[in-house]
Amino acid sequence: MKTPVQFRLNGEDVAAFAEAGANLLDVLRAAIGDLSVKGGCWQGTCGTCTVLIDGVPRLSCMTLAETINGRSVETAAGLRNGADLHPLQNAFMERFAAQCGYCTPGMLMAAKALLDRNPSPSREDVVDALGGNICRCTGYEPIIQAVLDAASGGARRA
Amino acid sequence: MLELRKEIFADERDDNLSEIGQPTQRQDMLGHVTGTSAFYDDHRFAGLLHLKVLRSPHAHARIRSIDDSAAARAPGVKRIIRAVDVPVNLNTLLSLIQFGKDDEPSLASDVVRYKGEPVLGMVATSERAALEALRLVRVAYDPLPAVFDVEEAIKPGAPSVNATYAKNTFEYYGKYDHQNLRFGDVEAGFAQADVVLEDRYQMSPIEHAPTETNGSIAVPDTNGRFIVHTSTQALFFSLDTAAKINAIPSNQLHFIGGTVGGGFGGKVDTMTEPLAVLAARLTGAPVRYRLSRHEEMQFGSPRGGERIYIKDGVMRDGRIVARHVRCYFDSGAYTRLSSYAAVKCAAHIPGPYTIPNVGAEVYCVFTNRTPATAMRGFGVTALDFALECQMDKLAHAIGMDPVEFRILNAYRDGDMKAHRREAKNCALVECAQVAAEKANWPIRDEFRRMSSRSGGGAARTGGADRTRAPAPQAAPAPAAQPQRVTYERPAAPQPASAPAPTPPPRSTQPAPPPPRPSAPATTPGSSHGARRFSSVFGTRRR
Amino acid sequence: MAKHRGRGVATINYPIGMNLGGDPSQALVHSNPTGKFSVALSSIDLGQGMKSVTRQIAAETLGVPVEDVYVDTADSDTGPHCMGSFASRGTHRVGNAVMAAAREARGVMMEAAAEELEVDPGDLETDGRGSIHVKGAPHRSIAVRDVAIAAQFKQGRTISGRGIFLVPLSDVDPETGEMSPATCYAHACLIAEVEVDDETGDVAVLKMTSAYEIGRALNPKLVEQQLVGGAWMGMSHALYETPEPYYPDTRDGPRDFNEYLMPGPGDLCPHDIAVLERPAPDGPFGGKGPGEMCANPVLPAVANAIFAAVGVRINDLPITPEKVLRAIKARGATAAGR
Repeated sequence: MKTPVQFRLNGEDVAAFAEAGANLLDVLRAAIGDLSVKGGCWQGTCGTCTVLIDGVPRLSCMTLAETINGRSVETAAGLRNGADLHPLQNAFMERFAAQCGYCTPGMLMAAKALLDRNPSPSREDVVDALGGNICRCTGYEPIIQAVLDAASGGARRA
Repeated sequence: MLELRKEIFADERDDNLSEIGQPTQRQDMLGHVTGTSAFYDDHRFAGLLHLKVLRSPHAHARIRSIDDSAAARAPGVKRIIRAVDVPVNLNTLLSLIQFGKDDEPSLASDVVRYKGEPVLGMVATSERAALEALRLVRVAYDPLPAVFDVEEAIKPGAPSVNATYAKNTFEYYGKYDHQNLRFGDVEAGFAQADVVLEDRYQMSPIEHAPTETNGSIAVPDTNGRFIVHTSTQALFFSLDTAAKINAIPSNQLHFIGGTVGGGFGGKVDTMTEPLAVLAARLTGAPVRYRLSRHEEMQFGSPRGGERIYIKDGVMRDGRIVARHVRCYFDSGAYTRLSSYAAVKCAAHIPGPYTIPNVGAEVYCVFTNRTPATAMRGFGVTALDFALECQMDKLAHAIGMDPVEFRILNAYRDGDMKAHRREAKNCALVECAQVAAEKANWPIRDEFRRMSSRSGGGAARTGGADRTRAPAPQAAPAPAAQPQRVTYERPAAPQPASAPAPTPPPRSTQPAPPPPRPSAPATTPGSSHGARRFSSVFGTRRR
Repeated sequence: MAKHRGRGVATINYPIGMNLGGDPSQALVHSNPTGKFSVALSSIDLGQGMKSVTRQIAAETLGVPVEDVYVDTADSDTGPHCMGSFASRGTHRVGNAVMAAAREARGVMMEAAAEELEVDPGDLETDGRGSIHVKGAPHRSIAVRDVAIAAQFKQGRTISGRGIFLVPLSDVDPETGEMSPATCYAHACLIAEVEVDDETGDVAVLKMTSAYEIGRALNPKLVEQQLVGGAWMGMSHALYETPEPYYPDTRDGPRDFNEYLMPGPGDLCPHDIAVLERPAPDGPFGGKGPGEMCANPVLPAVANAIFAAVGVRINDLPITPEKVLRAIKARGATAAGR
């Protein structure tokens, strides 16, 4: 039994048929083809699959696909504006804030949710916002610095 | 914060380079920040099937019977893979370079040897369908006695874990249950020592925890070939292993990977590719075999738990005169790569120090736990923990500053190492000096002036270079019996309000350079060519 | 009850590569018809920067800008054999293979350029910006692009190269352990400062100061990534992690990241790093490999710092608050009993 699901993904209307009980992560990747969203634990403990639903960071592996009908979903694939990278993407590059790159899309979305609601976060705010996202390579410091950079430089670019 | 100390060893470098030394952006960084780097699972295939395995609930048990008739009728099930379906159901990773014996099945057929060992594969239209079908499989087990402790496992009468190595130890050179290291006369060294210190260290197992779990997708291609998208850290290891287990020529496999979501050693073992390829062959469809996080954490191989005993003899003037190490690598139920780690560990003993008398026995031991494997610092991380804790205790035991103690004993160019190769290109002294300077850890001038480039080799015997360091004063008369030390700190803890931590009291004895190790006797036939025991082949080479 | 501070030190070295089966790696380098180079490898980039460091090595050896080189990793149909990405072997072994392949390709490129300029190849040099010119006469030059076009369409040469790096096989003496386990070694010293709460047993790492000697920092940003991330992993190994918390008893193993503990972004400390470069005679431009060793000194340095702070030795990893507290209590009981 499949259920139709319709929502906005990075500003575009999309639709898919979801298996009963399917999670948003699988629907985004397998049915719609947004491969920027990665799965890390499929049990809600690593933050790798973080997307924004109506602007709020959510774990897509723990979100029933049926529950997002009519809502707005943002993923890392929608961060850039045409050829222009988002300030967070630029800052991650400048700070060398990725190694294997697998946690990066989720980190970017957790950081975007923070900057969208708080354009001038403190280090503690950044730490708090990233606390649910696991990175095994970087030791977090470059990621924290990148988010702080994007906050100060991003205002200039926006 | 990182600074390049270009002034050190500047005379050994040609810094006139264009691209080398530049902080060039990573080639893959744009892909990473845009979410477009393609990992193994970022490929979509119509009709993709999913493989999950049934895992043993027992650490050691005989399989009496398997009833999968209900599972075969479950919705979405396309194929059940049983042990008899695996063309070559016994393998060891390093068999590709002829090191060790095949000891591990892809699917257990008669006995399970660790909790979580794969027993049966289920191929279905979704992971969920595969998991639900696996719940319908009935396996009757007769539990067997299990052993989990490395030292218990090598006692006579311990349960035998793995029939290939019935005594629970890997076999080296067809005759030893361990790797040896012998240099100088370690017992004579202990007899000569002012202080002898012995202790036991235990490394914990560690999960690699890459954010991307192990996995692969095998896809039937044209001409009877299979494309395999994989998270492997070692492409041809995985390709050749999959070809061997499937009994197909290696050129029927086209492995694609190279962009991997972290590994740290946990993606060398080729845990998913052979069965994914087999499932694709048996179904004619693309098949993904991906470990769940729970599987990755408990049944994907971890860094093993090494147990290490160290016994050191040290003189009051700071020279370490003897070191003996006994080390047990917990390999789990099968060999994988631990056999090699033991050799690498033996080569690392006694650490980066020049010690005239060194002995070691390093064991690779089988227990009824998840097979261990390589992890960042393989064979060395645990030993470094043990050695450096021990170095700290030795320094305190003789009342010497721990940084100066390390500089004093550090290996230098020209020294003979315990594995009988001359030390070259050393830089331990300089690292200690720079770190101490940056941390405001006070060390005396003579230690600040020491160098990895002098004082080693012939200079240790005395002669012209002996003036480099203060000549040794008469050391305190050695005790008739070496003093045994169980380390216990004399002073009470200092509260945090105290000023910056002070290093422990310095030795009042000027420290002479360590003695030159007695030149090793040249073993007849040990030079290249004659005796052909190999770290790799383990047996005589032709 | 109070918090106590202490510092601990560790010095280590690390063998580069593993000398297993000669530990070989191969590389292929070729130019397209307009002078842009591809490096084909079967080596893996799992985050350490394999693609990036071999790209710089190829560019330096060829004498072309790094933008003109692209590294393709891990396709068994196009990339020649490599043992794999482990044992801190990538920079050294694969780097050497890429250097050898790039050197061979450069030789052909210089011959093709010499034919166009009607000079001896030995009189030519690259400017690293995309041109080749006569030594001492920069105006007598030709673009790499034009050399590649001439080689392909006029001279019939392949600007390409093959490279392999193989260590002589090391025999191990079963009695003495005599062997050649590695061809070069990296070095490090790390000083950790901790604060220990004697009421809870909790250990916080306050600061790390280190010096790492890695032959040559082929790309200092990639080196920094390894050293910062590796030291974090060392802190994690020392104080937090294990899939078997009651080892060798196998019970209560963690199944997810709520149960498997690692320090998060709120548990970091400043890390002040110095990098020393004593080039390895057989390393690519002297490079060794920083990747594997960088966690190693942290474990003992933290353990030694805990001793300096509260006077207890913990010999079993990880050093959990429970172990620290038990050791402090045992020590107090011993003292009281005297």
